[in-house]
Amino acid sequence: MNESPETPAPILSIRDLSVSFLGARKSWNRVIGGLSFDISPGETVALVGESGSGKSVTSLSVMGLLDPATSRVEGEIRLAGYDVLKLDEAGMIRHIRGQAAAMIFQEPMTSLHPIYRVGDQIIEALTSHHALPGPEARKQAIALLERVRIPNAARRMDDYPHAFSGGMRQRVMIAMALASRPKLLIADEPTTALDVTVQGEILDLLKDLQAEYGMAMLFITHDMGVVAEMADRTVVMLRGQAVEQGATAALFASPQEPYTKALLASVPVLGSMKGEPSPLRFPLVDMATGRAGAALPLQNSPDLSAPILDVQGLVTRFDVRGGLLNRRVAQVHAVENVSFRIFPGETLSLVGESGCGKSTTGKSIIRLNDRSTGAVTMSGDELFALRPEALRQKRREIQMIPQDPLASMNPRMTVGDALVEPFTEHRLGTAAEGRAKAAILMEQVGLTRAMLERYPHEFSGGQRQRVCIARALMLDPKLIIADESVSALDVSVKAQVVNLLLDIQDRLGIAFLFISHDIAVVERVSHRIAVMYMGEIVEIGPRPEIMERPRHAYTRQLIGAVTVPDPARRHLRRNQQIKELKTPIRPLDFRPPARRYEEVSPGHLVMIET
Amino acid sequence: MLPESDKTAPSPAVTAGEDAGRRRGPWKRVFEGLIASPTAMISAGLLMLIVVATLLAPVYAKYVSGTDPFRSGLSARIKIDGKPTPVMQQSTEGLGLGVTPIGPTWGPQYLLGADGQGRDVAARMLYGGRNSLLIAGAATLICLFWAAIIGIAAGYSGGVVDGVLSNLIDMIWAFPVYLLAISLSIVMIGKSFALGPFEISSGSLIVPILIIGLVYVPYVARPIRGRVMAINQSEFVMAARGLGIRRWKILLRHILPNVSTTLIVFAPMLMALNIVTESSLSFLSVGVQPPNASWGTILQDGQTLLYSRPWVSLAPGFAIMVTVLLLNLFGDVLRDVLDPKSARGR
Repeated sequence: MNESPETPAPILSIRDLSVSFLGARKSWNRVIGGLSFDISPGETVALVGESGSGKSVTSLSVMGLLDPATSRVEGEIRLAGYDVLKLDEAGMIRHIRGQAAAMIFQEPMTSLHPIYRVGDQIIEALTSHHALPGPEARKQAIALLERVRIPNAARRMDDYPHAFSGGMRQRVMIAMALASRPKLLIADEPTTALDVTVQGEILDLLKDLQAEYGMAMLFITHDMGVVAEMADRTVVMLRGQAVEQGATAALFASPQEPYTKALLASVPVLGSMKGEPSPLRFPLVDMATGRAGAALPLQNSPDLSAPILDVQGLVTRFDVRGGLLNRRVAQVHAVENVSFRIFPGETLSLVGESGCGKSTTGKSIIRLNDRSTGAVTMSGDELFALRPEALRQKRREIQMIPQDPLASMNPRMTVGDALVEPFTEHRLGTAAEGRAKAAILMEQVGLTRAMLERYPHEFSGGQRQRVCIARALMLDPKLIIADESVSALDVSVKAQVVNLLLDIQDRLGIAFLFISHDIAVVERVSHRIAVMYMGEIVEIGPRPEIMERPRHAYTRQLIGAVTVPDPARRHLRRNQQIKELKTPIRPLDFRPPARRYEEVSPGHLVMIET
Repeated sequence: MLPESDKTAPSPAVTAGEDAGRRRGPWKRVFEGLIASPTAMISAGLLMLIVVATLLAPVYAKYVSGTDPFRSGLSARIKIDGKPTPVMQQSTEGLGLGVTPIGPTWGPQYLLGADGQGRDVAARMLYGGRNSLLIAGAATLICLFWAAIIGIAAGYSGGVVDGVLSNLIDMIWAFPVYLLAISLSIVMIGKSFALGPFEISSGSLIVPILIIGLVYVPYVARPIRGRVMAINQSEFVMAARGLGIRRWKILLRHILPNVSTTLIVFAPMLMALNIVTESSLSFLSVGVQPPNASWGTILQDGQTLLYSRPWVSLAPGFAIMVTVLLLNLFGDVLRDVLDPKSARGR
């Protein structure tokens, strides 16, 4: 353990922490065992690890927020001179929570109280420990909101949380945490639920505030890019134990433990695809040594003779109803005049931030919503003109791989039944033949045929996504729409699943519409990329063109906001403008402007700003 | 955030094969959950006991008490301690006029005493319980059946079908349950109906079954409709549509099995409610018709004897209370094991 000897009195000192939870059948399951680390004043320490590694449990134990009836915390936690585990509830409130330490959470949408004004919530945080006269409290609350760079702070004091976007709410949460001038700020995945550009803003803000207030920070994240950007020191956690800890730069430069090496090798790095002509698999990591193998490129290139999917002028609008008699009052222009083609064996990625219409585009193409107009031609058939029965049969050729595999499987069907169902439904063969095919596919996606007898809840997240891939392959599709299919997976699992998708494409020549907000993964898998903003494609072109020579201002902003797991870039600031996210809600008589695109190089189209 | 127990460390190949073939389906988990709960097992066992006891009513009447619970026994005499005693005894209170039925003997004959017509209350309790449980059970099935059909049709079709059915449900809902039930009973009871080849004679048990089965349909159909709509919007139904599964197969294989849990949760609660409703209607003379008995009619029989022979009313009241309580206890556990989320919140 690399503990710096010159750090005098740590603000937080954890020694030999063990946490057990009461599980089913009254047994205690240890989730953290023998964890020790220190945080010095003003220092940022990152806890990294994959889901279930015990990062959040550690932070909750520090704040004493675990339910004593179902959890057991042992060891020693010293925070600002207090022995946290010996304090009672009243002591925790008096000395620790909102005093020595404050916490911000992952979900800004749910961590603010929806029915109180934002200003009142901050004033409550300010006055809960010290009595303050009303006007003075209000003044301080406004000052705090200004501190977290909320535009028009004084006016926004009286707004309710629903009037704030996710990024703005996270700023409010930070303002509340700062109210007591804590010595330690615990940030539990504070940017995971936010879009990349907003994530960049929040990270910059946290860095600035840390310098201003001289706080120590405990930063919990699964994102190595965020770690590299934020942390002085890093603790890598695996199954409740610290496998490695040390200065972030040293840890990234020369990781010692195989797990750390594997973790770092699995992280997609933006910009690592420079000069690569075709999509590249992730390198396979040997778990024993942590050494990464070679990254294999795809063998086959797309067949550019005729497109498999041709989307022209796709428009999807949802009604906003309200007022008397629930009339239409406005429309959300979720997808506006989107056109693109996909060729066999090609991957086109749709990237953009939440609400930009990329998922709606995917659903509209296969007519999972009936709110679309335009022309979608799939191998000669006009999908929007098909009758229901013909459409049902056509759906065989286009398959979806969902974001949440658990939600997309019927909990009351075995995986085997779920795989065979579409096969027999399309009369591709008998149930026995379907069963045989399912068994082969299960092995192809890295599972076993015996698992066909299991129910979805009996698989881990990565395994479930493999099952969904196998289910999609049961129908021999020509196009697969992967809607954020790997976004919810842990890094190492994500790399495996991406490799699996690339294998499938290489072997079967399937085209992919890859919908994702994760630009580093997109760079890895795409032949071409389309960037969406407010329902429109602002830039589309070959992957090297878009990534290396982005022309549209939004594309540049998007790529610039991605965190890179490289501690050397730590002190760079993005200096972004703070903006409220816009949504494309338009009045009923709104006529979308006619967009023109400029072809800056072959196949690279950029929307001309008007 | 608890670690998943089956989560493997990041390895290139997902670990496979371990505990493969272990098949613990959702229904099996529910069953295991019930077995593991003492509350469920005890309440189910006691309910079973009540059902068996009522089924054995003729045996009790013939071999144990030797009384006919449907014929009035005003002049009957039984032997107590070897002495013949009249069932209807001369009143000793007040002016000494009239007769009072015999109180609980705590022996085989007239265990709980006699009612105003000199009939054995204990034997009538068993026969009455049989009717009460039969009516409540049959009404529960009828109610669940129609509620499921209406709720699923409305929730799955949407549009006009939903509009018509939902409004129909709301209209029935607008009537207070008892007002509706009593009105229907007054119209239907005491007449004979011809339903095609079947004839329902006046005083048939089918009348209260149909009435009680009908009045609670809206209360079940409404949540079923909501549940169907929610499942219809869920990702796995979306996925099934994307896979090109036919609409009716989605209904059959994806929606129905997931709605069935809601129906099952309703069953014991509804049964309890129906027992109370049946008793109330019978108590008001618009349910089970004499000479047939139910716990409700016995309750009514005992009404006039409330001060002198309280057991005639206490016995059916107690039976109703215990049965309803057991059903609710069982239903609580059932709900928890069917929906693990609700159990975690406790």
